[in-house]
Amino acid sequence: MIAHLIRSLLQGILVILAVGLIAFSMFRFVGDPIASLAGQEATDADRAELSERLGLNDPFPIQFARFLGHAAHGDFGISYRQARPVADLLTERLPATIELAVLSALFAFIVGVTLGVYAAINRRGLVANSVMVLSLIGVSLPTFLIGIGLIYMFAVELRWLPSFGRGDVVRIGWWTTGLLTETGRKSLVLPVLTLGFFQLTLIMRLVRAEMLETMRTDYVRFARARGIPERRIQFRHALRNTMVPVVTIVGLQLGSVIAFAIVTETVFQWPGLGALFVNAVQFVDIPVMAAYLMFVAFVFATVNFITDFIYVLIDPRLRM
Amino acid sequence: MTTCGKLAIALLAATALATTAADARSLKWARSGDALTLDPHAQNEGPTHALGHHIYEPLIHRDSQGKEVAALAVSWKVTDDANVWEFKLRPNVKFHNGNAFNADDVVFSLQRAMQPTSDMKGLLTSVDSITKVDDLTVQIKTKGPNPLLPNNLTDLFIMDKEWAEANNAQKPQDYKNKEENYSVRNANGTGPFQLVSREPDVKTVMKRNDSYWGIGTFPMEITELTYIPIKADATRLAALLSGEVDFVQDVPVQDIERLKAQQSLRVNIGPENRTIFFGMDVGSADLKTDNVDGKNPFADKRVRQAMNMALNRQAIQRVAMRGQSVPTGAMAAPFVHGWTKELDAIPAGDANTAKKLLADAGYPNGFNITLHCPNDRYVNDEAICQAAVGMWGQIGVKVNLVSQSKAIHFPLIQKNPPETEFYLLGWGVPTFDSEYTFSFLYHTRDAKYGSWNALRYSNAEVDKLIEALSSETDKAKRDAIIAKLWGLFRDETLYLPVHHQTLAYAMKTGFDIPVDVSNQPKLKYVSFKTN
Repeated sequence: MIAHLIRSLLQGILVILAVGLIAFSMFRFVGDPIASLAGQEATDADRAELSERLGLNDPFPIQFARFLGHAAHGDFGISYRQARPVADLLTERLPATIELAVLSALFAFIVGVTLGVYAAINRRGLVANSVMVLSLIGVSLPTFLIGIGLIYMFAVELRWLPSFGRGDVVRIGWWTTGLLTETGRKSLVLPVLTLGFFQLTLIMRLVRAEMLETMRTDYVRFARARGIPERRIQFRHALRNTMVPVVTIVGLQLGSVIAFAIVTETVFQWPGLGALFVNAVQFVDIPVMAAYLMFVAFVFATVNFITDFIYVLIDPRLRM
Repeated sequence: MTTCGKLAIALLAATALATTAADARSLKWARSGDALTLDPHAQNEGPTHALGHHIYEPLIHRDSQGKEVAALAVSWKVTDDANVWEFKLRPNVKFHNGNAFNADDVVFSLQRAMQPTSDMKGLLTSVDSITKVDDLTVQIKTKGPNPLLPNNLTDLFIMDKEWAEANNAQKPQDYKNKEENYSVRNANGTGPFQLVSREPDVKTVMKRNDSYWGIGTFPMEITELTYIPIKADATRLAALLSGEVDFVQDVPVQDIERLKAQQSLRVNIGPENRTIFFGMDVGSADLKTDNVDGKNPFADKRVRQAMNMALNRQAIQRVAMRGQSVPTGAMAAPFVHGWTKELDAIPAGDANTAKKLLADAGYPNGFNITLHCPNDRYVNDEAICQAAVGMWGQIGVKVNLVSQSKAIHFPLIQKNPPETEFYLLGWGVPTFDSEYTFSFLYHTRDAKYGSWNALRYSNAEVDKLIEALSSETDKAKRDAIIAKLWGLFRDETLYLPVHHQTLAYAMKTGFDIPVDVSNQPKLKYVSFKTN
């Protein structure tokens, strides 16, 4: 078991380094930061001097090595766009993204599992079937359309909820949260629904399929033969076995929700990491892009590691 | 006067004050991007200056029509020495922290703007030295006479010397430094609004500066001003429709009609000081992206004229811009000194004449060429290119369109030698004088001039005239040179102008904010409408 965990830890580190290297080799295709950094009146000489000062003339392996060297000391450089240390920007933006991602994952998980189990048990019911049809829409509609649709309904027409931003946030140490104020909670509703909707339908369909599969297995049949009540079979025995693949998916999805809340954050002007990254790409803000991509790789590696660990807990066969 | 009378007056005054307080009105202002920094000299960029003008002030600023208005300077003139400008400063002005404004602050700020890490230094290259004469007089000595110096000062903000020194912000941010410069998120200006809080990319809150020198001169009716960047077009407009913001800049042209239909909203439309045009490589011996061997078709004036004639500006205005542009044949907007009605006239000719010109030049079947176009910089930039490509197709010139982000597009033009042979560009003129356009777009590319000239155009005689413009103090002579140059360039058909860009501002009907020709609305001019 220890060997299993160490192996996935090493894999994680390798993934982070590989992502960093690939990212750096790609930056020059995003554009030239000098175009956004130097004003209209800059002469050719000014541009060349700025490029030299930022170390942009060095080949990318050297730039990458320099980045790693500084990053090892916790220094991610200064953002070209905002003229502030990248580490500060990331810590400032992280709470907004985590809050959004965790809440929408929770929402998706709870509602998804409930609906999935319901749809599996009442396979032929009208409600279950309509939910399944609706979930197809959730899987196929792009996130930004759902977001804009929700904004027009709840912000413009009904005026119940705000259309953008986080509302008022409360600062606790370096963390900021919108959960403690009314405007903060209201601001969370639409982005959480938008971001969670796809996950919800995915989890629901997965739980339903897995549950139907499990209900057909031999041990369930034996349990029925032994006269164990149906509810107990469904929730104590079948659901537990259903959860193994579901946890994997939810775990991996949480990683991608944190990393790629980009669309939702852009639609709702949510001041998280995704919005920071989009702005960085347009400005060719290399220090921010590099740090963000490394962060995403880190999140995925960590989530993978934790998922592996939870497998071991859920599935006794892996404890050998 | 009796005590009773005095008391009555005091009471009256108190009531008046209370009414003013009750009139406290806030304005929430949204646009697509945030200011990059509050540091007045670190970024020479539109949205950054637009916010800056509310907190800081230059010596001279421009109103919404582009007219120069005295700000921190009350008067300015050339001294007996033609190389020296003298500025009389406004007395009794205080910075937001209470410090007095004087000549030391002006000398300090302009010198700060000339530091290597400043992005504003390009506007002050003609400056030799800045000296304080007395507390309210400053002299600027230039390297040779510079009649345009005041035009260059309209975005150069004045900081408080003591404040900058106390906070170690004597220089703009150096990206090599590991620490954040204090002036990036803090500000102490003399402007009509005072910074309350700033969260980059979220919001910037300002309150009215109640000791502002311009109270009584300007309406100054907004007591709290909140600047909110909202990137997504749909969300920004939704925020206006739902009443969460009061004023939206950067309104997409396709939404103007829908917003106008709303009872509660007003849309103001006006021209911007920015011209959109195509540029071509006229100087290279051979082009890489064409299918003509050993020749450069653009080097032939007849080809350029044909391309110019084939460009149906009215159709572009109708199809790509939904009517929101001013089609033109001129390379500068009407606000720019040197513009004339004759220059603005749209070139005559039609597809048949164009085809004939092409045939005369030796291309009866046209040729192929690649066009580079940005897709996120100007209003509907990609749509303009697509429309134009179709028009050139009609005369046999098959254009291969490459549309990309501005971060990739602009370096193609800026690199020396340029990496594009045919491109779209938009040009704003911050000095409001033709000399600016000539220096950057037409002068031979060298260390000082022509940094946006991707034409490979080089004409020694033209260069001499352009250089003379920056120091010619005789107005009649100067205007004659400008007219001569414009005439020459129009005849050569070096660029193909398309239109002057227009801007749309949307707001609640309680406001009437005019479109600012520099796209930097100055909200101290705004008064509330009572209706």
